[in-house]
Amino acid sequence: MSKPINAMATRLGSLSLGLVLASGSVGAWSAEKLVIESWRNDDSKIWNDVIIPAFNQQHPDIELVFAPTPPSDYNSALQAKLQGGTAGDLITCRPFDVSLSLYTKGNLEALNDLPGMENFSDFARSAWITDDGKDTFCLPMASVIHGFIYNKELFAELELEVPKTESEFFKVLDTIKNESRYVPLVMGTSDQWESATMGFQNIGPNYWKGEAGRKGLLDGSQKLTDTQYVQVWQQMAKWGPYMGRGYEAQKYADSQNLFTLGRGVIYPAGSWDIPTFNDQADFEFAAFAPPVPDGQDSCYISDHTDIAMGINAASPNKAAARTFLSWMASKDFAELYSNELPGFFSLSDHPIEIKDPVAQQFLSWRQDCEQTIRNSYQILSRGTPSMENELWNVSTQVLNGTLSPEAAAQQVEAGLQQWYKPHQ
Amino acid sequence: MSQPTAIARRFPWHILFFLAPGLLIYVTFSVYPLLDTLWLGLFQEDETGQRFFAGISNYQTLLLDAAWSEPFWNALWNNTKFFIIHMLVQNPIGLFLAALLSSPRLRLSNTYRTLIFMPTMLSVVIIGFVWQLLLSPIWGISEGFLYSIGLGQYFDAWLGKESSSLITLALISVWQFVGIPMMLIYAAMLSIPDDLIDASVVDGSNAWQTFWHVKLPLILPTIAMVSILTFVANFNAFELIYAVKGALAGPNFSSDIMGTLFYRTFFGFQLQSGSITMGAAVATLMFLIILVGVMLYLFVIQRRMKRFQL
Repeated sequence: MSKPINAMATRLGSLSLGLVLASGSVGAWSAEKLVIESWRNDDSKIWNDVIIPAFNQQHPDIELVFAPTPPSDYNSALQAKLQGGTAGDLITCRPFDVSLSLYTKGNLEALNDLPGMENFSDFARSAWITDDGKDTFCLPMASVIHGFIYNKELFAELELEVPKTESEFFKVLDTIKNESRYVPLVMGTSDQWESATMGFQNIGPNYWKGEAGRKGLLDGSQKLTDTQYVQVWQQMAKWGPYMGRGYEAQKYADSQNLFTLGRGVIYPAGSWDIPTFNDQADFEFAAFAPPVPDGQDSCYISDHTDIAMGINAASPNKAAARTFLSWMASKDFAELYSNELPGFFSLSDHPIEIKDPVAQQFLSWRQDCEQTIRNSYQILSRGTPSMENELWNVSTQVLNGTLSPEAAAQQVEAGLQQWYKPHQ
Repeated sequence: MSQPTAIARRFPWHILFFLAPGLLIYVTFSVYPLLDTLWLGLFQEDETGQRFFAGISNYQTLLLDAAWSEPFWNALWNNTKFFIIHMLVQNPIGLFLAALLSSPRLRLSNTYRTLIFMPTMLSVVIIGFVWQLLLSPIWGISEGFLYSIGLGQYFDAWLGKESSSLITLALISVWQFVGIPMMLIYAAMLSIPDDLIDASVVDGSNAWQTFWHVKLPLILPTIAMVSILTFVANFNAFELIYAVKGALAGPNFSSDIMGTLFYRTFFGFQLQSGSITMGAAVATLMFLIILVGVMLYLFVIQRRMKRFQL
């Protein structure tokens, strides 16, 4: 039943939001004061207590305000603020198309000649360049790496060895399932994104050979119905029996709780989970890289370019904003950021030391394995249906056992064929 | 008073004066945005953000292009199921509760009334959260409860299965809002004159016959109104599904309704970038569907309804 009171509240809410935005703009435009737009509201404390004071030691004349919006509202709120001319001076960039469309609409500055940009490789910049590769519009900040986090104490208790290959991986899962009451693989499919992100994009690069496969999808020389993609879903189809009762209704937070309470053993992870586990788990945990298919020597990891910073093209304080971005390209910032937020790895070329042991483990795979980014992020999610949304959907169904791996592959490929020329 | 006086013939300015603030607010916050949305649905945007007039092409895409029409019909059908469940469960239960409450022999009826109405006033987000906890296969108490009454083997991850997630969500919504039909019907029942009831008793009818032949015909207009309110609310629904299942309304869009489809189209989701104009087209279709439903009610049902002079 609808409630007129609710509708009224919504209207009042949007009205007051408008007032807040309008009053915010007055502050945003005063000289040498920079406002940072971000979706990382979890990071407010670190920005205010560590990063901004560190910057002010070198540049006391520039005042910085970190003004985050909740992640789920960020895209729409930022769009509204940019259209209304009330957005902050610095804008945290999501990777690929969301930011690219801001650039093509003229909301972001080109940063090709920014001092410090030379510290970032083409790989690091790839998420924030135009399709023709000419313009870079955000300064890369950090990437996140995928892998598996496991409970060290339970591994010792069950006398398990860290699995390196696919068959070892399933042997470990079998042992846990048969010889204990712990959940072998802690993941749920209710929120759907974990199925694609922690499942498909986590173990997938080993099968489609990282960047080679990703570029192949982009130029149309590979199709999702090819063996190397179907194999990924075939692996995932075997996960269901190990994921514990009722995983279909298990949310991301439930999975985190299950693992930190010590009720599960292996957790398909993103490196961003490290700070949460550091806070909540009272046992020792460690990480292993996605197991390779049997007999394969090379390994590939998803080292996903996730977060960057750009300048609002309408900002009156562009000079100060450039100063700040150049400082963000320095080694000081890279070290500070990677250590304050273990699991977010600086994308700059500076050699840095990471203190968190698990974050170090994730980072060490960069030496042995080749890096790639999630294959749905560049260009392939631009049309309708969006490949990323499709991956969430079919990967969830494969894990739930309601869709075969072959049918999953066909559905995503058919989706791409509808709008993407190289696949038609 | 039959002689018109000079004063009576003057234009009633005071009426305009008192209507103006309400009218102004209504036009600014309801009529104008609605018309603007209808208008916006006729445009498209290119990648630089320039808007250009595109006629009905958004609607053609939405209804004829399989990439859009499949989600659209799926959402509409799910919405219809959502509505049917409310009609079959919420309103009969509401009627039943109202009949019980209006019984003069029931004690503590005020307490029951308050308790049943209470969930209606809670935030949908809290309702969604609480029910997710109750039904959770990991932490929830519903599994233990079912075992204790011997039905344990029927427990399942209802919110996570394609076959049951929409039904479960609809029943949660029924639980939350059953107080509203109950209150409306209860009020209608209270307004039935005691003389009529007494007369039927004197004529020898039992409680069931009194309800069926005397009370029900008298409250039919209220039940029709409750139905149309349910229809409008269900086809506007969004919050509960979004709070529990997110904008992708999974698994495999089994709980996707018009509201969540609109959200994904308008704001975009994850990497899918939103389209304001396409979103406006979806919103317009939602508006038209609701409009058609209300019109049908007004012209087909409302006109034929018998009203009794009490």
